Amino acid sequence: MIDPVTASRLQFALTTIVHIIFPVMSMGLAPFLVYFTWKDIRTGKPIYEQLRRFWTRIFAVSFVVGTVTGIVLEFEFGTNFAAFSTTAGELFGGPLALEGMMAFMLEATFLGIFVFGRERVGNPLYMVSAVAVGLGTWLSAVWILIANSWMQTPRGYELATENGQTIVHLVDPIAAYANPRFPWMFVHMQNAAVESVALFMAGLGAYFVFRHHVWGYPVENVGFWETTLKFGLLALLITAPLQVLHGDLYARHIVETQPQKFAAMEAVWETDSYVPEYIVAFPTSIGDLLDPRAKDIFGIGIPGGASWLASGGDPQASIQGLNEFEGPQPPVAIVFWAFRIMVALGFWFILLAVWGGYRWWNGELLEDDLLHKALMASTPLGIVAVELGWVVTEVGRQPWVIQDVLRTSDGVSPGLTGLEATATLAGFAVVYLGLLALYTYVVVRIVRAGPPDVSTTDVDRPEMPASEVGADD
Amino acid sequence: MTDPASLATDPLFGLPLADLWFGLLFFIFATFLFLDGFDFGVGALFATREDDDEREQLLSAIGPFWDGNEVWLVVFGGAMFAAFPAVYANLFSRHYLLMFAILGALIIRGLAPEMYEQRHDEAWQRWWGRAFVVGSLAAPFFLGMFTANWLFGATTIVTLPGLVVGLAVVALTVVDGVAFLRLKTRGDLRDDLRTDGFRALAAYLVLVVVTLGYVYGAAPALRPALFSAPITALVLATLVLAGVYAAATRADRYYVAFGAAAGLVFSLVGIVAGLMYPAIDRAGGLTVETAIVSTLPLNLMSIGAAILLPLVFVYFAVLYSAFSGPIEAGESY
Repeated sequence: MIDPVTASRLQFALTTIVHIIFPVMSMGLAPFLVYFTWKDIRTGKPIYEQLRRFWTRIFAVSFVVGTVTGIVLEFEFGTNFAAFSTTAGELFGGPLALEGMMAFMLEATFLGIFVFGRERVGNPLYMVSAVAVGLGTWLSAVWILIANSWMQTPRGYELATENGQTIVHLVDPIAAYANPRFPWMFVHMQNAAVESVALFMAGLGAYFVFRHHVWGYPVENVGFWETTLKFGLLALLITAPLQVLHGDLYARHIVETQPQKFAAMEAVWETDSYVPEYIVAFPTSIGDLLDPRAKDIFGIGIPGGASWLASGGDPQASIQGLNEFEGPQPPVAIVFWAFRIMVALGFWFILLAVWGGYRWWNGELLEDDLLHKALMASTPLGIVAVELGWVVTEVGRQPWVIQDVLRTSDGVSPGLTGLEATATLAGFAVVYLGLLALYTYVVVRIVRAGPPDVSTTDVDRPEMPASEVGADD
Repeated sequence: MTDPASLATDPLFGLPLADLWFGLLFFIFATFLFLDGFDFGVGALFATREDDDEREQLLSAIGPFWDGNEVWLVVFGGAMFAAFPAVYANLFSRHYLLMFAILGALIIRGLAPEMYEQRHDEAWQRWWGRAFVVGSLAAPFFLGMFTANWLFGATTIVTLPGLVVGLAVVALTVVDGVAFLRLKTRGDLRDDLRTDGFRALAAYLVLVVVTLGYVYGAAPALRPALFSAPITALVLATLVLAGVYAAATRADRYYVAFGAAAGLVFSLVGIVAGLMYPAIDRAGGLTVETAIVSTLPLNLMSIGAAILLPLVFVYFAVLYSAFSGPIEAGESY
């Protein structure tokens, strides 16, 4: 039997980690679908109809699984974190309600038209539906991230005690909802979603291009996959450098607002100056893996890099160590390694983009088998990086559920028993892992089935650098 | 427009916002139960259809709609969280396992039609078809149990009124599903459904009578409300609407029958809300006035809802008019 606090935390972690995959797919696909629909309507070229219909299928499955897994998350605040819900409801409930009314409704109703209505409605309404679905997925992230960013950098509230319970009262809605963390989170998250889908597209495209051009198996619709590869690569060229750029600014913001989290990301225990940033870190013993301390890690680092990062340009700057914070610490190993791997992936994606862009420029995109293999292996890595980023964000702020206001352990439902919490945790482990397997299976089937047959006219391929192609990113 | 500075101290336009949100909450719940109710009903009726072509018609009928319909449940949760956070916390944590049963049923129900369409071999479709039926029966049943426990202030999950109301809600979703399918289908299927609708309606009426009898006999705290004018009116409305539904179904007046089904769902939720008021969480000792959030967030939420909910109805009007009339063969991505 697991105690209710641990079981609730594990359950929330599990359900979020699985759920986030599906919104990432739909948020990332949204701009592509809007573009494909627009081109399909305007040019009538078969390739755009194929792209639209193929990716709409993936979008639709992602949306369905995202819906069923997401409803659970909303209700988990009430079932497992009732004390948190009572304390923070006044600030936290509003964004969730607005997400439902403003974003989810828009997305879900117009998705019906977008998926099933091509033959039923005229071009203008069909285009409006594509935009509405895309807008809905992005607005959904706005409200969720407003709620989440408030937990990271709470503002605009007052504390009161009512019936022995701490209650957060909203006093300044603008400070609370336009809070300083929100823009960083939103930009970093949305760009990450598009980047993840770009990697997914490039990887799938590379697989079929590789089979056809390198291995010589005839692949039906190879033109479709070549175009997919190019769209993926182009979007990657735009998103990958941006991701690292605002990631760096975001990290500096964390130093200012959540120094404990930053110290955990860098595994700095004692306050120190001239702290290096390890680009590649090797644990010298198993103990360093489980209990990393920046000083004991062997790695290739930029001297003063972490100080430079934290201060925005001063390699001598001092970084506040974990030992200066009272009370429990976040699980440093998880935060440290998740952050490291995420950053490494971020640089890997830039390398891939530049490599692929260079080959494309020289007209060798279809022949470079090593590039194809690298892209294939990277197909799911964008989503992996997103997961790691959320681990840094959420695990890094522990022990707080609302930074400096409410501890996670104090947010759990008071009446919850270990038996109940363990039973539902076990149930959800089975159901969510099953959902993930099922989703993967269905996506693989959709990919195997390939693009739908439209007309047999030759496909149109974007040329590099096709400025029109990147218009929506 | 009121002065912005007074948003923090005075209710918007001096409105009784706590009571309005109580009403809005149940209105949202009723809308969910009506809209997703016909999806549940279609799922239950799926069990009675053997023919592959008929089964496809049932799935196509709800295909474009169910996602939007189910979002009303999310909005219900969000609205309760925003306006009555203490109720949200108490009610859901008290019904911990029941909530997870509801969520589990909704997962199966939502997933099954999507999966059913992915492959066309017999075993796959047989199993996902069963999952669709089970999820579609379990979700309204558990929702009914939840509603009854909420109303009666039960502290255990399995209660006698919970079981009865659970069954009543299942019967009502079948009534609702038949009304919807008779708009969306043609020929033999449309005619066959008529009998299913009558049976479900009879079962529903019996179960409502049993529930009201229980309120009279075993829930003395609710008894005075039972004879209040609004509840009496809603009970009479249920009887009238049932008559309208039966007559319209017999006469093939599809839209009238559909409207009557909607009326039945809204009457039921109205009866629950009327019996409950002014409590909003009987077991937790919370009334509408004690559980409401403070003035500033309440005003802001009210402005948000006043702008957004009408927009949502526009979306639904666009969606339902785009897919009005019986389904055509071969509609797909």
